[in-house]
Amino acid sequence: MPNMMSGARMLLECLVREGVDCFFGYPGGVTLPLYDAVYEHPIRHVLVRHEQNACFAAEGYARATGRVGVCCATSGPGATNLVTGLVNALMDSVPVVAITGQVASKLIGSDAFQEADTFGITRSCTKHNFLVKNLPDLPQVIHEAFYIASTGRPGPVLVDIPKDVFQGQAHYAPVSAIHLPGYKVFTEGHTGQIRRAAQMIAEAQRPFVYAGGGIIAANASAELRELVELIDAPAVCTLMGLGALPGNHPNFISMPGMHGSYAANMGMTHCDLLIALGVRFDDRVTGRLAAFAPHAKVIHVDIDPAEIGKNRNPDLPIVGDARRVLAKLNRMLREMDSAARNTQSEARQHWWRQVRAWQSQHPLAPVSSDSEIKPQHVMAEIDRISGGQAIVTSDVGQHQMWAAQLIRFHEPRLWLSSGGLGSMGFGLPSAIGAQFARPDKLVFAVVGDGGFQMSIPELATVGSNGLPVKIIVVNNGYLGMVRQWQELFYNNRLSAVTLDCFPDAAKLAAAYGFTGRTIERPEELAPALKEAVDEPGPYLLNIRVSPFENVYPMVPAGAAVNEMVLAPPQPVPVPK
Amino acid sequence: MLQVISLLVENKPGALMRITGVLSARGYNIESLTVARTLDPGLSRMTIVVDVDPNLRQQVVKQMNKLVNVLQASDLTDSPAVCREMVLLRVRATLESRTAILKEAEIFGARVVDSSPEGFALEATGHSEKLEEFIDVMRSYGDIDVTRSGSVAVSLEPRKLRLQPPVPTKAEAAKVG
Ligand SMILES: Cc1ncc(C[n+]2csc(CCOP(=O)(O)OP(=O)(O)O)c2C)c(N)n1
Ligand SMILES: [Mg+2]
Repeated sequence: MPNMMSGARMLLECLVREGVDCFFGYPGGVTLPLYDAVYEHPIRHVLVRHEQNACFAAEGYARATGRVGVCCATSGPGATNLVTGLVNALMDSVPVVAITGQVASKLIGSDAFQEADTFGITRSCTKHNFLVKNLPDLPQVIHEAFYIASTGRPGPVLVDIPKDVFQGQAHYAPVSAIHLPGYKVFTEGHTGQIRRAAQMIAEAQRPFVYAGGGIIAANASAELRELVELIDAPAVCTLMGLGALPGNHPNFISMPGMHGSYAANMGMTHCDLLIALGVRFDDRVTGRLAAFAPHAKVIHVDIDPAEIGKNRNPDLPIVGDARRVLAKLNRMLREMDSAARNTQSEARQHWWRQVRAWQSQHPLAPVSSDSEIKPQHVMAEIDRISGGQAIVTSDVGQHQMWAAQLIRFHEPRLWLSSGGLGSMGFGLPSAIGAQFARPDKLVFAVVGDGGFQMSIPELATVGSNGLPVKIIVVNNGYLGMVRQWQELFYNNRLSAVTLDCFPDAAKLAAAYGFTGRTIERPEELAPALKEAVDEPGPYLLNIRVSPFENVYPMVPAGAAVNEMVLAPPQPVPVPK
Repeated sequence: MLQVISLLVENKPGALMRITGVLSARGYNIESLTVARTLDPGLSRMTIVVDVDPNLRQQVVKQMNKLVNVLQASDLTDSPAVCREMVLLRVRATLESRTAILKEAEIFGARVVDSSPEGFALEATGHSEKLEEFIDVMRSYGDIDVTRSGSVAVSLEPRKLRLQPPVPTKAEAAKVG
C-alpha cells in the first residue's frame, strides 16, 4: 500500500530519521502547510522572535552538542533574515540545516508576493544549498543536506521548498543511501605524513601546539589532551577552540592572538615547531602574517584541503579528520620510548622554563577595584561559579574577549561564541538553542549592552519557554570595543558609540515575566551571581561596569603578535 | 599569465553560479568560459580561463574542488594539455580583395562557411594567440564581425577521478550498525 503523505509531513519524517528533536523557526504564508503538519507532530518547534535568531539558536544547539541544528523561515523576508546566521555558521563551521519556504514553483521568477531568490542569495552563505522543485526529490535532498552539513568540515546547508511541494501528496519511501559523487571528504590522514609528524615532534626543541575549533568539531579533545601530555608541549586554544583542552590543564597557555595572552603569543613567536590542529591561521590569531611563528616549522592538520597553505605554507600538511589523525599520531608517539620522544631533554626543559617565565611576567590576571565593578572581575566570578562546567555563550565585543581570557572551560562545547563573523546579537539566541539542547546545564549568556539590545526580542522566547538562561549584561554604556579603537587609534574622538537609555533591567525582565536586577557595586557581584544561578527560572543580571576599561593585551592591527601592547599607557606623572 | 582550469561538473541548476562565484567573490574577471555536456549527459566539462594572482591559483582550484557539484577541478596552466579556441568571423570583401582573403584564410587553416557577394564567413580553430593574428589580418581587409568560443582544453595526462561512493543515511546506518 503506498504510503501517501504531504511534502510537509515528509519533511518532518525525514527530520525524525535524522534524529532531530527540536527546531527553531518563524512561520509565514508559504510555510503554512509545514506549520499545519507541525501542529500534530511530535517534533518540537520553538518559535523565536526573529529569523536571524532561529539560525543563531540552531547554532547554539549544534555547538553545544555536535548535532545538526535546524532552523526554518518563510520565503522572502523570512529567508533574507536568515542570512547573517548562515554566514556566521559558515565562518565557524557549524552544522546547520535551514529550511526556507518559497513561493509556489509556477510563480518562481514572477516577482510574486514575498518572493526572493533565496537559492541565489544564500549560495555564498552556505556550504551548499538546494531548491526542491519536485516533491519526489524532497526526502533525498533533506538527507543529503544533513549529510553535507555534518560531515567533512561542517557548515550550513539551506533547502528552499516551494509551497506546492509542501502541499503536494506523494508516496513516501524512506531514503536509505546518499549518493554525492562530487562531495569529497578526507578523513584518514596520510600515514606516511603522520609518521613524519611524529619524527618532527621528537626532534623539536621548542614545540608548541596551536589547537582550534577543528578539534571540537572532530570531537578530538581526548586525543588532543593525550598528544599534549605525550609530548609535554605547551598548548594554546583559539577563540573557537577554548575547551578543547581543559582550561586548568597545566600545559594550557590560554588563547593566542589579538587579545591573547603574552605567553601564548611569545610561545608562537619563539617555537621551532608549531603543531597546528584544526585551525586556519586567521588574521586575528597571526597578526602580521610575515612575522608569525618566524622560526617554526609548521605541521598543519585540517580536514579541509583548501585550508592547507591558504595563509601559511606548512612544512608538513596532513589532510584528515583531527580525531583520526591524532589517534594515529599518538599511537606512533606511544611506540617511541620517552627518550626518543625527547620530552626530558635539556632544550625542552629550557623551553618550559621560558614559557613559564612569560606566563608569570604577564599573567591574564583579573583586575578588580573597590569602587566600581571591573568587567574582568565579572568574568572571574563567572569562572568561579561555573567551575569550568557551565555553558557560556558570548556576544561580540570587549566582554567577549574578557570572557575568553578569564573564564575557563574544562570541556569542549561549553564556550559558544561568534568567532569568524563576529556577529553581535549572537549571545542570547545561541544560549536559547544551547539550553534546549542541554536542559541539564547551567547556561550563561554573557552579552554587551550593545549586542543584548540587538537580541532583546528573544527575552520573549526565554520567558515563554521558562528557559533558565542566566543573561549577564556587561554594561559599560558603550559599544566598548569600537570605543576602545576610537580611543587608541582615532584620538579618542568617540563617534556613535554611546549607549544611553538602557532599559531598567528589573522592569524589563518583569515585563517578560521573570526576574531581573541591576548592580553596580563590587560587593554585590558575587551574591547577585549566586542569586541568578539559584533562581530556577530565567534571570537578567545587568551589571554596570567601569565604562572606560580596555582589553589588554592587544596586538594592534598590522603588528606582529609579539609586538602586543600589554597594558594601558600609564599617565605621565605631573611634576610638582 | 592566464590560468586555465578544467572542471568536470554535475549538470545541475546553480552549478555554474557556484563555480564562477569562487572567482567573482575574489574579484577575478573571467577571460573565457566554455561548458558542454560530456559523454555522460549528467555531467558537463567546463574550461575557464582567468587572470588569477599566481599565489592564489591553488586556492581557487581547491575551493572549486570543494563544491559538491564539482567532480574534479584541475589547473592545466602548467601541465601537459592542449588548448584550442574557435572563431567565427564575417568579413566584408570587395571584388578585388576576395582572392587575397581566401589565400590568408588558407594560411591560417580557416574554412569558408558562408560566401555571398558582400563577403565571407570564416571558421578557424587554433591557439588563442594564433587566432588573434588571424583576426588582425582579416581586419586589414575591412569591417569584420567576430565571435570567439573561448578556450577548450584537454589534459594530456590521465587524471584519476576520485568519486565518493554511495553512503547509507543516518537512520539506515543505525539499523545496520
Ligand atoms: C552586527 C554587528 N554590527 C557591528 C559590529 C561591530 N562591533 C564590534 S564590537 C562592537 C561593540 C559591541 O558593543 P557591546 O555589545 O556593548 O559590547 P562591549 O564591546 O561594550 O563589551 C561593535 C559595534 C559587529 N561586530 N556586529
Ligand atoms: Mg558595551
